[in-house]
Amino acid sequence: MEHKENKTAVSMTVNGKHIQAEVLPETRLLDVLREELHLLGTKEGCSIGECGACTVLMNGRTVNACMVLAGSADGAEIMTIEGVCGPEGELHPIQQAFIDAGAVHCGFCTPGMIISTLSLLMKNPQPKDDQIQEALSGNLCRCTGYHQIFKAVRLASERMHRKE
Amino acid sequence: MQGTYVGKNCLRVDGYEKVTGKAVFSADFRMERQLYAKSVYAPKPHIRITAVNIEKALRIPGVAAVATSKNVPGANEMFGRFPAFADQEAKYTGDVIAVAAAETREAAEAAARAVEVEYEELEGLWSLDAAMQEGVSAVHPDVPDNEIEYTYFPLRKGDAEAGFLQSDTVMERSYFVGWQEQAYIEPESVVVSPASFHHGYDVYGCIQNPYTIRQNVASVMGLHQSEIRVVLTAVGGSFGGKDESVMNMAARCAVLAKMTGRPVRMDLTREESFRESSKRHPFRMNYRMGLAQDGTIKALQTKLTCQGGAYNNKAQFSNWRAVVHTAGPYRIENITADVHAKYTNTIYGGAYRGFSGPQVVFASETMVDEAAAELGMNPKDFRLHNVLREGDTIACGQLLKEGIIAAPLQKMIQELCGMADFDAKWNSFKEHNAQSKYLKKGIGLAVTYRGAGLGGEGVDCSSAMITICRDGSVQLFSGHTEMGQGMRTVHSQIAAEALGIDIKRIAFKHSDTSVTLDAGPTVASRGTQSGGRAVLHAALKLKDELLRGGEKKTGIPKEQLDVAGDSLVKQGGEVLCSFDDLVGYCVFPLGLNLSAQGWYSPGLSHIDPETQQGDCYQTYTNGVIITEITVDESTGKITVEKITIGYELGTAVNPDIAYGQLVGALAQGLGYALFEELEERNGELLSANFDEYLIPTTLDMPEVDFHLYGSENPEGPYGAKGIGELGIELIAPSIGNALYHAVGRRLRELPFNLERVKIGKALTR
Repeated sequence: MEHKENKTAVSMTVNGKHIQAEVLPETRLLDVLREELHLLGTKEGCSIGECGACTVLMNGRTVNACMVLAGSADGAEIMTIEGVCGPEGELHPIQQAFIDAGAVHCGFCTPGMIISTLSLLMKNPQPKDDQIQEALSGNLCRCTGYHQIFKAVRLASERMHRKE
Repeated sequence: MQGTYVGKNCLRVDGYEKVTGKAVFSADFRMERQLYAKSVYAPKPHIRITAVNIEKALRIPGVAAVATSKNVPGANEMFGRFPAFADQEAKYTGDVIAVAAAETREAAEAAARAVEVEYEELEGLWSLDAAMQEGVSAVHPDVPDNEIEYTYFPLRKGDAEAGFLQSDTVMERSYFVGWQEQAYIEPESVVVSPASFHHGYDVYGCIQNPYTIRQNVASVMGLHQSEIRVVLTAVGGSFGGKDESVMNMAARCAVLAKMTGRPVRMDLTREESFRESSKRHPFRMNYRMGLAQDGTIKALQTKLTCQGGAYNNKAQFSNWRAVVHTAGPYRIENITADVHAKYTNTIYGGAYRGFSGPQVVFASETMVDEAAAELGMNPKDFRLHNVLREGDTIACGQLLKEGIIAAPLQKMIQELCGMADFDAKWNSFKEHNAQSKYLKKGIGLAVTYRGAGLGGEGVDCSSAMITICRDGSVQLFSGHTEMGQGMRTVHSQIAAEALGIDIKRIAFKHSDTSVTLDAGPTVASRGTQSGGRAVLHAALKLKDELLRGGEKKTGIPKEQLDVAGDSLVKQGGEVLCSFDDLVGYCVFPLGLNLSAQGWYSPGLSHIDPETQQGDCYQTYTNGVIITEITVDESTGKITVEKITIGYELGTAVNPDIAYGQLVGALAQGLGYALFEELEERNGELLSANFDEYLIPTTLDMPEVDFHLYGSENPEGPYGAKGIGELGIELIAPSIGNALYHAVGRRLRELPFNLERVKIGKALTR
């Protein structure tokens, strides 16, 4: 139902593009991304901040987009999986590493996993195994048993380090 | 076997879409003018419905229609007694009485809330133990004893009573396991639209078994199967689960699509998914084992009772699997086993990876460990003494013979226990535990064999189609479905291997029941073993046609030609022309048909219904696990430190994908063992999301030392066996056995959560 009278304007930068949206007080960042901007790579798995499928970067930090009200993202910089590829659509080393390590099964948790990995490697380019486990502990995967994901993170870290 | 593609770690063919967020899952699939649907669930788990008033709901702005059983054009009841809409009675918490469709999600939710259901509460059968009592109420009036139809199976081998008389020791134990939720990260979602170009309806969604959905939607709509088209989106995990729930959703949305003439979508919340999707069946498992003083198992009697829930369309299959596997991989000459299933007014059991395997393997591998302890034997030595070997017959009478059905377990137990240093740790942990006040270490062993494929559960037939386009590119269709397991990649490898072409030529196409051929459900680890054979069949037919074209083109007899390395070659390897040129010549001037259907069926198994003696499965896979744990006696917390595991699976078509399947299954088994528990109270589900129902995270995974064992399987494509389920079975009993080693406490119920470990029983909230 439309409650135009309750709507407020928010603006944010999503994947480098400035956007504006009219949102209700209860509208979540996830709804803006998926329903207004049609950025469908960010997934909804549980709606209570447990599964991490909706993980995005907000001002450089990982958040569950289902737990962030759109109003509180006003003025924020957001990065979703759609912003991870290079300008010509080339894969980021993390994305390539996920493919190469067999870390992609059904693919539903993958966008959130890649965002959490990106956040980890930005802060800590050469994480130890327990740091990888800790950094991804908010992203549930039911397919892999996680070991191939750990391998992907180590592989991405090595390749990004070599490149530098 | 090692080929150009088979046996190689080819990368996933659907990896790019999935790492970029471009893969279209069901919730991402949008249609013009789509309506949003919301279900009205039973307000209490067991009620007589006296009135349903939809007037208020219809007055909510944006509401297009509200459907109840009155709007169903065909049959309201689907396979397994599932009602499209509960009518006179709701039998469990997930029954749906009405569904509202509206322009927005919010309007649909408001309308669902505004539907008024008048009802009388009824007594219910809330648990398996309640249903096992005499003289209780009937969930379905025409089934007064609540025994689910066609779920009783006896297994008889030798003479169990005589075996018990020859035994020195007879032990009786009872085991129980509860529900387990598949917990795919993508909740169910479907969109149903009036068909674009013909009479009927199109169903889109995350669906495991499209032909089952087609059959049931057709029946509810009063249409023919040919008038229903089911198209898969990307599927975000299923593990057996996206079946009954999506069938019900698709049927309800189809009714609304007919009422409104518009596409209708339904996306379940996680809570709704928990409420109305199937679960792993609970089992009560009573074991009686007769033992000779030298450690030989002389006789086994088991009585297994499965909880089916309010409706059932799977226990007749999973119960058969349960009874056939109840004895475990041991040479036991005398076996009597019986399995039953009961209706209850609760959530229902269906398919979940492993089917009934994890339940009976938990019981049998705990029982075997208890037997070893009773006799004062090392559990490894006890298993080595009794485990199946070449020349033995298994519980259903099949002979183990090299080249037909492998018997690798004795060797695997010895080798893997060696790698895990089992004997040394068995002793050193005991010494450690004598010194340590709270932190105790334990090591546990478990062993399994598992019938791969459908076997006697049903008729197994698989389909595939391959079409070579004029430019030499190749389209591959399978009657089976990709849910994340890697089937598209494995099938592409098999097709590329057989055709002798570059795998990059192959585009794996969507599952669409208007195009693909009915291959039955993608279950029972049959996607590679049986589906792969159909791909191979199609590829070999096509290759024969290509070589016929090659003979015309070159004048060389086709018996001396081959397609290899993406070229037409002469025997000996001389390249005659490129694959593109060969295809071009076959198209023009020859006009050959470069399309082929593949079909594979092993045929019916021959099994005596009174004893289950017969060729139950085409082949069996095998596994051995050694698990090391630390138990904190002050809290009851179990930490799994290390797992050494070995699986025998014939040829691994793609070893990386096989590893991913087996370790992924291991993680699900870890959750089943340690913390996955669906709490209920009088039919209400108390665990309905990932805050209450915990599944393993990155922090729960132990170190895994992983080993693959090969064997010959003449039935599988390039010797492959189905392995999707094997990995989930072993970890629960191995942790229980390690716990006993660590603290001397034997737990006979799952999960081994803090309270069970600490005080030996479950607590209720």
